[in-house]
Amino acid sequence: MAGIQKNILWAGIVVVLAVILPLIPGVSDYRVFQLTLVLVYAIALLGLNVLTGFNGQFSLGHGAFYAVGAYVAAIMMDKWDMPYYSTVPVAAIVCLVVGFLFGLPALRLEGHYLALATFALALAVPQMLKHKSIEEWTGGVQGIVIIKPDPPFGLPISQDQWLYYFTLFVAVILFVCAWNLLRGRTGRALVAIRDYHMAADTMGVNSALYKSLTFGVSAMYTGIAGALGAIAIQFVAPDSFTILLSITLLVGVVIGGLASIPGAIFGALFVVYTPNIASDISKAAPWAIYGIFLIVFMYLMPTGIWGGLRRLAALIASRRGSA
Amino acid sequence: MDLFIQQVTSGLANGAIYASVALALVMIYTATEHINFAQGEMAMFSCYVAWQLIDWGTPYWIAFFAAIAISFAGGVTIERVILRRFHNAPVLSLIIVFIGLLVIFNSVAGWIWSFIIKEFPSPFRNLDTGTTLVGPHDLGVVAITLVILTALFLFFRFTPLGLAMRAAAQNPVSAKLVGVRVGWMLALGWGLAAAVGAVAGMMVAPIVFLDPNMMAGILLYGFASALLGGITNPGGAVLGGFILGVLENLVGTYLIGNDLKLTVALVIVVSVLIFKPSGLFGKVRVKRV
Repeated sequence: MAGIQKNILWAGIVVVLAVILPLIPGVSDYRVFQLTLVLVYAIALLGLNVLTGFNGQFSLGHGAFYAVGAYVAAIMMDKWDMPYYSTVPVAAIVCLVVGFLFGLPALRLEGHYLALATFALALAVPQMLKHKSIEEWTGGVQGIVIIKPDPPFGLPISQDQWLYYFTLFVAVILFVCAWNLLRGRTGRALVAIRDYHMAADTMGVNSALYKSLTFGVSAMYTGIAGALGAIAIQFVAPDSFTILLSITLLVGVVIGGLASIPGAIFGALFVVYTPNIASDISKAAPWAIYGIFLIVFMYLMPTGIWGGLRRLAALIASRRGSA
Repeated sequence: MDLFIQQVTSGLANGAIYASVALALVMIYTATEHINFAQGEMAMFSCYVAWQLIDWGTPYWIAFFAAIAISFAGGVTIERVILRRFHNAPVLSLIIVFIGLLVIFNSVAGWIWSFIIKEFPSPFRNLDTGTTLVGPHDLGVVAITLVILTALFLFFRFTPLGLAMRAAAQNPVSAKLVGVRVGWMLALGWGLAAAVGAVAGMMVAPIVFLDPNMMAGILLYGFASALLGGITNPGGAVLGGFILGVLENLVGTYLIGNDLKLTVALVIVVSVLIFKPSGLFGKVRVKRV
């Protein structure tokens, strides 16, 4: 069990670093806001990774679940004056149900077909959010503006710092849950379905139930991220949840590292910071630089950043062993 | 009744464009089993090349064929320079590479030609169809699509090169053993796909106007058409395109209005796929366990 203890130690170090980071003098509120976004994306990517990385189901439509989570939070806070923290569990349950229901018909589809179905979902959701019949709730094209919550108990920190800690708290719980889910019986079942679903069936794994439940859990994670993201950005509108968001999420999962929990964090860092780096390099065509980054990353690290780091570590270890 | 006929014919014209994009996707799919997400942006780029040539004073048809030739060369180059390095990569890595290509083309086009919408001429504007029910451009688009389909069919069916390409796609190892240069066949497939895509782009540009984002929706329709018709079957993909084009127009006119027509069309496609997972005309895959 030394492996698990080592993992816990590493996770502990990362959490301590994450707690200290915003308190370092000179880290502006904007930087803290960016870090909050990193955490938000990390949660969403973890959700998508459970589905795509561990269970082998494609999704080009997770932006839709993100949008649902964000709108649940925004409507609850703006229309019903509910406190911000109460929106997270509600968004979780709503997205779990929506994801599970979407996962049922998606059972029949595989590979490219599933990609198309989820793609359709990602396109449909912004259109539906704009629709007149629910404008009273969603604010139509205008969207909804929400107010940033104040830190409780008179804590001497800024609103951005408080939101960061709140998000970090949620993120840690969700990461621990995912880790527990994936390392045991359930995790093995998911991987077995991904690798050879027929063999998994023969071993007594109820693959239909597992697959649709995985869709639900994955959507739940992404929905929670959506709710947290909406609170941090203080604004939701249909045009923030275009197909681009779904593609960004998929990019983050693959770049971070498929089927790895720490990969979600690296993916989130990539998703948040690379566009800035790209536009520093070239103001004229930042997305061309971004595209080149994607291709070069995939060429150098086909298993994502986390896979690349592990390979590097293994290489160093074997050098040391032979010397 | 006139409205109905007009909607059907303009649906057929849109369908022809979806069909061309679907055809380009099928070309790459049959050779490599990958869906090229950058196909639409490649077509958009070809279109800008044609626009630039026309802007410099080249006559339309010369610019048309020059753009096709340049796209063909571009497609071959992309396969040889970039995709070749990813032959053994997992599917998701490839999807990321395609997304990378997509944003590169989009961004570079915007950088060179700006994001301002441009007009693109239609060669069929002065064609006389003899009736008000069919637009001249619509008729031209359908005709061109059918010409391409026939040409491709003849090429693959009756030329040695076409045979070699089919062999390379179906059984790369055996093809290699009998002396087919499999890598170059893949590159040729990419070139042909880029050329077909270029035609689709130049046909759609007069309708939606030229701008770097013009192909985003159309690629999705092409993708849906290809899956609807059966992604392994070029004829089916073309038919899928026509079906989708007409369906979309009729749904938009008679059922729910224009703001949700994309959604409804896609929902229909997905529901068809749930009952017929390999598409309407696709081969049912039998897997050996």
